[in-house]
Amino acid sequence: MENQFLIDSDKLSPAALEKKHRLENDPSSRTNHMEYMEGMEVIKSDVREKVMAQMKSYDYNKYTAKDVKAALEHESCTAEDFKALLSPAAEPFLEQIAQKARLETSKHFGNTVYLFTPLYIANYCENYCVYCGFNCYNKISRMKLNFEQIEHEMKVIAESGMEEILILTGESRSMSSVEYIGEACKLARKYFRMVGLEIYPVNTDEYRYLHECGADYVTVFQETYDAEKYETLHLAGHKRVWPYRFDAQERALMGGMRGVAFSALLGLSDFRKDALATGLHAYFLQRKYPHAEISLSCPRLRPIINNDKISPLDVHETQLCQIICAYRIFMPFAGITVSSRESAQFRNGIVKIAATKVSAGVSTGIGDHESKYSGKQQDSLQGDEQFEIDDSRSLEKMYSDISGEGLQPVLNDYLYV
Amino acid sequence: MDNDKLVIGGHEFESRFILGSGKYSLSLIDAAIKYAGAQIITLAVRRANTADEENILDFIPENVTLLPNTSGARNAKEAVRIARLARELGCGNFVKVEIMRDSKYLLPDNAETIKATEILANEGFVVMPYMYPDLNVARDLVNAGAATIMPLASPIGSNKGLATKEFIQILIDEIDLPIIVDAGIGKPSQACEAMEMGAAAIMANTALATAGDLPLMADAFRHAIEAGRKAYLSGLGRVLTRGASASDPLTGFLRN
Repeated sequence: MENQFLIDSDKLSPAALEKKHRLENDPSSRTNHMEYMEGMEVIKSDVREKVMAQMKSYDYNKYTAKDVKAALEHESCTAEDFKALLSPAAEPFLEQIAQKARLETSKHFGNTVYLFTPLYIANYCENYCVYCGFNCYNKISRMKLNFEQIEHEMKVIAESGMEEILILTGESRSMSSVEYIGEACKLARKYFRMVGLEIYPVNTDEYRYLHECGADYVTVFQETYDAEKYETLHLAGHKRVWPYRFDAQERALMGGMRGVAFSALLGLSDFRKDALATGLHAYFLQRKYPHAEISLSCPRLRPIINNDKISPLDVHETQLCQIICAYRIFMPFAGITVSSRESAQFRNGIVKIAATKVSAGVSTGIGDHESKYSGKQQDSLQGDEQFEIDDSRSLEKMYSDISGEGLQPVLNDYLYV
Repeated sequence: MDNDKLVIGGHEFESRFILGSGKYSLSLIDAAIKYAGAQIITLAVRRANTADEENILDFIPENVTLLPNTSGARNAKEAVRIARLARELGCGNFVKVEIMRDSKYLLPDNAETIKATEILANEGFVVMPYMYPDLNVARDLVNAGAATIMPLASPIGSNKGLATKEFIQILIDEIDLPIIVDAGIGKPSQACEAMEMGAAAIMANTALATAGDLPLMADAFRHAIEAGRKAYLSGLGRVLTRGASASDPLTGFLRN
């Protein structure tokens, strides 16, 4: 079964609808997804080739119980072991894998769990990514916060006790310029100890500028590492350029960012191959930039506004847990973030095994923190959400739940130097 | 034994167990200190960089010496900035210099550590550099003004014990400052072994944080460290090598 991503809005003009259908149905109407657009920086790097070679040759069905047992016994996890742990043969060993993952997590992180919250400052988007609530053909309420509104949102979040923020935008350079995002980072530095970014990929000099504005961590979701599949899901816009996106973390590190985060959106393509590529992408980049702080996210597809049928298909919680544990065993030192896309029950369980960071007090909409945090009706306009979240716990609730599990919630472990 | 004190930068301590913090619940710090009998506790300055209610600083009893560390620093310049911030935050004059350019193993960068030690010692800090056990580097650190040398036993968090034993022994034999074994000590027996060798103190964090019963493990470490220290002071007995010694002396043929 496949997801039915394509939804026509009755608000689109006949011309827009015609273009949309052409993009969907006629591959020749789409641009070459491997070709850089004007202004996109090309860097020299062999990381992509290395990752893709391994992903292409990965035949997960050839791994057996013996390989999985060997992987569990090995003191350090090789790429081959990682492949075995991601394979179907590993599923019956999930409990043992989780035990090993927990041991590795505790060695590197003790009992700590980090907390953060995302702040969407704009939801304008120039791309047509068929599964995303922000896609340019999805008729939603669009909004871009002005600086006064951004500061207000930050105040409301900071008052809840949160100290780490992840600033997000829809992917529109024209509506949310690098300078606009930079100003938001400067404001964030006033209210938060740590500022991360999840925005459209930019060039090295732009990452450097954003770092100077106060951001130190960059998250880019590759969505899927299968470039051919990617082409069928990202039909228009600069996001269509797959290799430019792939090299984003490396450009961020070249621009002076302290840490980078990697992810595939599980459910878009073959999740085992995507998980392998995500881990290897992080692995090879860490080898090249040993000082870089590495983290991995593991989002699954979620329903969006105007399409509540979207699901992560064959990536059930069991598979998600397997992937997260495999990430942990392969990269014991990496941070692993599990977002509010997952249920409270899943997140409570996974922080005891392998996840080291969770979000709390989450809104994926624009300008609605005050109403969501206090229940107070806001007169001002609000922008619609990117996707539906599952776990809506506040920071206070998350903090007490994590403490209740015998873990140590940490609001900040970072200094901007 | 009664006058056996650990002296660091002119400060005297009875306890030879330096506790880590920050990998376990803040509410357990008190019990850990009590059962460990510790008088020095480390804390990451970046963890102290937080709001009042959750500040790790507030969980540390006043009679314990704070040893702020510079974790998060990737070079000497950053370490110096973090150390200065620690002093501004009221963490005192002690600083454990930790400089890592490697996020995987968190191995210290010895060259940058020497640079930071020199700058901070000149600014009046009691500098305790975390280092990879290398005799030449240890000598440079002494010259740079370090108050102790803190060689790693094995990678942080690995609980693998004295992987660098031979090299730590060389530091103990050749360096006049206290040698404090830091990182990788996973069990009380390993701590005891290091103390028997002549280490001045032990620093542990993960071994406690990941124990089933933290206060009990703190107590176990305390006793192991004390036992090792006593063994060292009493002088270890002769250890026979494999096989018996010859009953007829080799030099029996000599005539006067």
